[in-house]
Amino acid sequence: MPRPDKGSPASRSRERRSPVAALSYWLERHAQNFVASLGKLVRQPFASALTIGVIGLGLALPAVLHLVVVNASAIAAGIEDTVQLSVYLTQPLTAEQARKVQQGIDARDDVLEAELVTPEQGLREFEQMSGFGEALRALGDNPLPYAITVRPAPRFDTPEAVATLADELKTLPEVDIVQVDTEWVQRLHAILEALGQVVWLAAILLGVGVLIIIGNTIRLDINGRREEIEVIKLVGGSNAFVRRPFLYTGVWYGLGGGALAWIIVTAAVAFLAGPVERVATLYGSGIRLQGLDTEAAGVLLAGGTVLGWLGAWAAAQYHLRRIEPRA
Amino acid sequence: MISFQRVFKRYPNGREALAEVSFDLAAGEMAFLTGHSGAGKSTVLKLIALLERPTRGQVVVNGRNTAAVKPRAIPGFRREVGVVFQDHRLLADRPVYENVALPLIIAGVSRRETEKRVRASLDQVGLLGKETSFPLELSAGEQQRVGIARAVVSKPPVLIADEPTGNLDPDLAVEVMNLFRRLNDVGVTVLVATHDVHLIDRFRVRRLHIEQGTLVGVPDAAA
Repeated sequence: MPRPDKGSPASRSRERRSPVAALSYWLERHAQNFVASLGKLVRQPFASALTIGVIGLGLALPAVLHLVVVNASAIAAGIEDTVQLSVYLTQPLTAEQARKVQQGIDARDDVLEAELVTPEQGLREFEQMSGFGEALRALGDNPLPYAITVRPAPRFDTPEAVATLADELKTLPEVDIVQVDTEWVQRLHAILEALGQVVWLAAILLGVGVLIIIGNTIRLDINGRREEIEVIKLVGGSNAFVRRPFLYTGVWYGLGGGALAWIIVTAAVAFLAGPVERVATLYGSGIRLQGLDTEAAGVLLAGGTVLGWLGAWAAAQYHLRRIEPRA
Repeated sequence: MISFQRVFKRYPNGREALAEVSFDLAAGEMAFLTGHSGAGKSTVLKLIALLERPTRGQVVVNGRNTAAVKPRAIPGFRREVGVVFQDHRLLADRPVYENVALPLIIAGVSRRETEKRVRASLDQVGLLGKETSFPLELSAGEQQRVGIARAVVSKPPVLIADEPTGNLDPDLAVEVMNLFRRLNDVGVTVLVATHDVHLIDRFRVRRLHIEQGTLVGVPDAAA
């Protein structure tokens, strides 16, 4: 039977640690691992660069898609300003009558411009746009009515004001149909919204990819340091103690990958800014290519860091349990 | 300090390593565990370090029944047992100082205290001044002594050693055994497994002889 351990060397060595000392120990351990794991990556620059490169590309892709959506939304917002109404007049109507209606509308305070479209012009446009010109000609008479394209004044281009304008125009006796051409803007928005979902989907898939890459890298790292892990466990190192340096390695990979992704995206934006501006100028638009804002950059770095930590944690959790010391 | 009660051990592959082993090693006592390779010496040590658990019977170390030690508590348990290996198992990529300091770093000892204890421990094994050497720069005997310094640096009440002289020539082997004696003199309970009968004949120490998983001649007690 074991005897009470009186004054053995061990009992002298088991002094109690105060909470402050325990905290300072904990902080020191973490700071030491933080630096040491970075040093380890620096000492094997090629392998580290490969891993960080793959992670960076994986994170850059959803970020680029995000920018595509952001910029397309900005362009759509610019187009939205140019709301227009198509007013179709009743038939039959003389050119003189149509002209008078157009002038009446044009004189309104809430209208910037009203342009008369004659049936002949309408037919030509229709032919060009639809390719149904032959069919229309087969009808003999031009079935199209006079139409007036109305652009609201800048202060009256809100959806409500446009609706009011449309209602008032509809009360005119010569007006048959008023069409507010917002349908395609709505479609554009729907497309952009779908694209936004694609960004999320891509972010999730590539995030899982990054997790797997980091997890696998850490797994190889763990296998390479089997001997050391066994010795640490033999002399009483807990799983948390063994795991810590690997978690920090994962964090560095993730953070490095996030930073690289930011660099890739920023470089791509700088590269494309010139050409895009030229295109915008040609279309008479002042749109400039938007890069990653601070928030997006923060999400990229934080996301990378979290993924790195998670991947390393999963790998360490799974593989460290399987390494038990042999004597 | 170490107590085996009717311990039976069968490994998952069906090999029966210990048939029924019972012995007590008092606090501050030292013993040699002898027997041919494969007789069960290593199994006894593994059970003490909680690298294995008995199939039947009880192993009590330092007042703790190993059966009651949960997996989460194993690291803490192992810090109370110093282990020395035949192949010393030092980390080749770290200097002597870091190798010896490892158990203290794990236990969360302050840096100043660690420094003091590592030096004391190296002094004890006669290697003071080799702190910055790397294990491979040392001789086999020196490497083994670094391993011993690491095993005792946290002053565990129990020290076990598996063939610690297996790779050493006779003079170095005697030196290492003397080291265990001195540690025992300051109160550490020491159990050394060895098959080197000629070597241990020179020491008047209790012997536990194991043959085919059974202790024989236990009463042949200490001097």
